[in-house]
Amino acid sequence: MARIIDRRFDSKGKSTVNRQRFMRRFKHQIRKAVSEAIHGRSIRDLDNGEQVSIPARDLSEPILHQGRGGIWEQVFSGNDQFSSGDQIKRPSGGGAGGGGGKGEAGNEGEHEDDFVFQLSREEFLDLFFEDLELPRLIRTQLACITDYKTRRAGFTSDGVPANINVVRSLRGALGRRLALGSPYHARLRELQQELDDALDELGEDSAPVLALRDQIGRVRAKIDNIPFIDSFDLRYNNRVKVPQPTTQAVMFCLMDVSGSMDEDRKATAKRFFMLLHLFLTRTYERIEVVFIRHHTVAQETDEEEFFHSRESGGTVVSSALVLMRDIIRERYANGQWNIYGAQASDGDNWQNDCAVSRDLLTQDILPACQYFAYIEITDGDPQNLWQEYESVRATRNNFAMQRIQSPADIYPVFRELFKKSLS
Amino acid sequence: MKRATNTRHKPAPAPLPATSEWSFDSIEQYHTEIARVAKDYGLDTYPVQIEIITAEQMMDAYASVGMPVNYHHWSFGKQFISTEKSYRRGQMGLAYEIVINSDPCIAYLMEENTLTMQGLVIAHAAYGHNSFFKGNYLFRTWTNADAIIDYLLFARNYITECEERYGEEEVELLLDSCHALMNMGVDRYRRPGKLSVAQEKLRQQEREEYLQSQVNDLWRTLPAQELRDDERSRRPRFPAEPEENLLYFIEKNAPLLEPWQREVVRIVRKVAQYFFPQRQTQVMNEGWATYWHYTLLNTLYDEGLLADSFMLEFLQSHTNVVAQPPYNSRWYSGLNPYALGFAMWRDIRRICEDPDEEDRRWFPEIAGSDWRETFDFAMRNFKDESFIAQYLSPRVMRDFRLFAVLDDDREDKLKVSAIHDESGFQRVREILSEQYNLGNREPNVQVWNVDLRGDRSLTLRHQQHQRRPLGDSTEEVMKHVARLWGFTVRLETVDEAGEARLIHEAKVERPGRYAGVEVA
Repeated sequence: MARIIDRRFDSKGKSTVNRQRFMRRFKHQIRKAVSEAIHGRSIRDLDNGEQVSIPARDLSEPILHQGRGGIWEQVFSGNDQFSSGDQIKRPSGGGAGGGGGKGEAGNEGEHEDDFVFQLSREEFLDLFFEDLELPRLIRTQLACITDYKTRRAGFTSDGVPANINVVRSLRGALGRRLALGSPYHARLRELQQELDDALDELGEDSAPVLALRDQIGRVRAKIDNIPFIDSFDLRYNNRVKVPQPTTQAVMFCLMDVSGSMDEDRKATAKRFFMLLHLFLTRTYERIEVVFIRHHTVAQETDEEEFFHSRESGGTVVSSALVLMRDIIRERYANGQWNIYGAQASDGDNWQNDCAVSRDLLTQDILPACQYFAYIEITDGDPQNLWQEYESVRATRNNFAMQRIQSPADIYPVFRELFKKSLS
Repeated sequence: MKRATNTRHKPAPAPLPATSEWSFDSIEQYHTEIARVAKDYGLDTYPVQIEIITAEQMMDAYASVGMPVNYHHWSFGKQFISTEKSYRRGQMGLAYEIVINSDPCIAYLMEENTLTMQGLVIAHAAYGHNSFFKGNYLFRTWTNADAIIDYLLFARNYITECEERYGEEEVELLLDSCHALMNMGVDRYRRPGKLSVAQEKLRQQEREEYLQSQVNDLWRTLPAQELRDDERSRRPRFPAEPEENLLYFIEKNAPLLEPWQREVVRIVRKVAQYFFPQRQTQVMNEGWATYWHYTLLNTLYDEGLLADSFMLEFLQSHTNVVAQPPYNSRWYSGLNPYALGFAMWRDIRRICEDPDEEDRRWFPEIAGSDWRETFDFAMRNFKDESFIAQYLSPRVMRDFRLFAVLDDDREDKLKVSAIHDESGFQRVREILSEQYNLGNREPNVQVWNVDLRGDRSLTLRHQQHQRRPLGDSTEEVMKHVARLWGFTVRLETVDEAGEARLIHEAKVERPGRYAGVEVA
């Protein structure tokens, strides 16, 4: 008799190990594919898995086999036109017409397709954020807890009247009354017995009877004197404050949209914001993004407008910083927000404004921020804003700055900005 | 052809369930009936173990070359990912079945299949393939059905242990190199020793010590001064006879391998050897299994056990399996072993039962004989190459409209060397038989010499067949050989005239270090 075994509920994912081995082995290629993928994506759909393609050649497993050339004589099916001795033109590229060695040529990978496969969202992000961490994040979570949640934690014997737990308190009172009253009750029963005996023997109005009645009266009074409820009985609901890690962050994107920022530079800036946003999404439950663009005046916009509308004119960086400061004070000042700032500019600023910007940054913005990153997108020498910010960098450890020349620099710069050592 | 009919007369049993959903009960009923009919036909099989699995588990099984247990390696992960990808996209249906040549014979049934498909798979795998595994001489000689699962379990545990001890990466590199030589790691003629987990474990340690001492002995003498070339050529070669099993030679003789590395080489070699018969009996084996699912189910139908709806679904899928597109179709990818094998087995039966004049001329020894005896003999004693040479009939060649094309790279044009006509039958059959000769399909590379007194370099020789060169991954393979050998490895190719010339040389950067070879 055959055995029929239901294996469907056996452990699944037998191949998980092999899949991980594969990922590890081709990490280099996969990572490259991932960073290429980033270039082609827009900020909102970053949080998906990714199709990764690796050149098939890289992961071929070599074996010894026969190559093309020499003599091949092979049998094919479906003859519709040939007789023995016919000469056939050699088909180019080994078409189905019967180029000898065609079957074998398949092994050689004449036209190898790329090996394409799907990374899950987790795998994609893991690769992306590998050994990468936002600075001061740990400090925020361990030390700067600003949010608490109260939680029940049993009962306590003191507290405010609003927290009295009636059931518990009365239960305590009842117990106490029983405990305190029981000797008196026993005594009362004894006296009652004696009284009954005395009544039977001596009758009413005899001296012992009167004495007993008097005693009974006193014992009853004692029983009555046990308080129904005492402050000692009171029980209060206990609530403790449990520190709650803040799970929300706000990210300020500041971008210079003056005439000197062309489309390329904006695209570069956008990638930078994108990466920061993605990292925050991974770390915080809720993220708000504030987009501030500026030329000579700053303005809060939505994302669409932020990246796509064109402006021209000069540059006053401090306008954006002032707006950021005001927004922080207005909306994010209650200590429940982790505030991140990211500023992108070509570094060209109105000369008199640089010092103002620096002061705003050091005095108002940086103290409120977890982190503020500045990137300067320029091909040439550092501009005046850069020089001013350098002095900020020297004194503040939650400020970082980098220069970027092309979109290809983004990824390394991003890692540089947020690499672990900074925290 | 005539329907296969059951010769025994029994009261008609109740018809089998005809729903499309399967249940354990219905699978059991089907199995009971199929087993009964198979027994009537005299199929000798291992006990059957049917396992119901999910599609995902089927993909797992795919990835580890069909085995329920296997060691871990990235290449299996790659296989899994690509299977999963095409399955998810619906580009590919999974095979209906995987059957494992083990005792008991394990047949996987996929949960998603209809009852009809389950019936088909039981007949095809659990009785067709199963009886072939048990009967065919190659499988009987080369594989130990009762020990393979145990051995793979041993292999996986051993390799895991090595990974823990020497690092995953180290083991992975070694496995890469062994896999590159897997096809060159089989004994073609010598019978390997029996595998058994108990013995294997016991002997493994002794072997370790013994082998190491052997190898050390080989290298004990210090390299003498450089010899002149003519002197060198007079010196007896080592090995004295060329060795075809590269992995075996490396396992026994590579000077620098650690004992555990030799054991890993051995494991890969054993696994390769286990699959060797399968590669040589595709047409026969698949044809045999296809023939039997067709026959068994038709017999059940004739007995009135199967519903018409069952038969329609079964025939549709059977027809797909045995379809053979013509050479100029875009679906053409060589001869379909299912189609060719099925046609040949069917034709053998026809020749036995209803021979015509042509058959008597071509197959005097089987025309009119008892077909079951002839089947049994053919199944037991042949492999694809000889099976075709022996049994491919003019009728099948005509039906398939087979023709042979000669492609000589020294000629401008291809030449049709023979077609399915009276003068060509013999030739087409020879060519097709050669085409299935594994010895011709794979390059003939053997260990030629080791420079024992000199630089310890290993020389391999490729014996050209029909002037065919080696493929373009040869250089990579040579790097792998060099990594295993630990010293320079040379590859010479010998043309038809017997002239040898050097075509590849893989140098080891720092001889003496195992991982000194750069392999891209």
